[in-house]
Amino acid sequence: MQNDPLTIAGRVFASRLWVGTGKYKDFAETKKAIEASGADVVTVAVRRVNITDRSKENLLDYLDPKKYIILPNTAGCYNVEDALRYARLGRAAGVSDLIKLEVLGDERTLFPDTAGLIEAAKILVKEGFIVLPYTNDDPIVAQKLVDVGCPAVMPLAAPIGSGLGIRNPYNLKIIMEMIKVPIIVDAGVGTASDAAFAMELGADAVLMNTAIAGAKDPIAMAEAMKYAVYAGRLAYKAGRIPRKLYATASSPIEGML
Amino acid sequence: MAAAIQIHVNGDPRDVRADATVGDLLRELAIKTERVAVELNLEILDRKEFDQRSLTQGDRVEILSFIGGGAPLDMYGRGRGFVHAE
Repeated sequence: MQNDPLTIAGRVFASRLWVGTGKYKDFAETKKAIEASGADVVTVAVRRVNITDRSKENLLDYLDPKKYIILPNTAGCYNVEDALRYARLGRAAGVSDLIKLEVLGDERTLFPDTAGLIEAAKILVKEGFIVLPYTNDDPIVAQKLVDVGCPAVMPLAAPIGSGLGIRNPYNLKIIMEMIKVPIIVDAGVGTASDAAFAMELGADAVLMNTAIAGAKDPIAMAEAMKYAVYAGRLAYKAGRIPRKLYATASSPIEGML
Repeated sequence: MAAAIQIHVNGDPRDVRADATVGDLLRELAIKTERVAVELNLEILDRKEFDQRSLTQGDRVEILSFIGGGAPLDMYGRGRGFVHAE
């Protein structure tokens, strides 16, 4: 989005659409979809290197870390200790202090364990991390994350990979009004209108993976998401009209026969 | 040729030279150091330390790097602890 950058902890992000890099057919498709999305932030997981088959290609052969902001996550961590370990490994493997912090509470819903999340965030902030926490749509938890030093908060729209869209727009709206740091709606988006809706509500950015990677044509969906986030952002800034129960004529009555 | 010692690399046993360093191990595995994090017995090493840190019998080495992953990912994210990347 031209001339409308997002700033978090002094770092400038050109795009308000952030994308994950999982679930694609191959790295070539990953690269094409991310290019089509226009995103400059890509999330990655930290996992063991395959040492038995070194012929396998590396994700970073396709996503130039000079071109993209690589945001490691702590996906798959179900307790504070694991989340801290993966966050530290992510920093050691990369070049920045940015971490997308996830402490999951349940395997079926992948909902966050918000008590563990706040605890882990507090420790990592003290270690100098820029902690971007994946949380639920609870405004009180969001405020607590800010209180422990998170420079942005990433509430979910719906369960990860569910494609259900914005399940609780009212809570998200309360978070956007109450919380004085950027809000990135993360997870649950299904299609372009969901992303536009999130931005119309006042989200500062949207992060998604499955909605693009799982589409029949991921590259076309990536492009659709780019425009949806852009349109939603413009509509938010333009200011929508209030909802009214009855009609208001657009054409004047004066001059009628 | 120094005698061999056995260590564990990413969970699997592996024999290395008795005087080998972490850096030697990475070179043997043809792993580019600028893209990995290395944990030696649960201690995360600075890249600058790779060539100084010697391996000893029974050491547990974890070598990790970035893979595709998303808005918290179920494809790799369901398991607890370390999981093998595809």
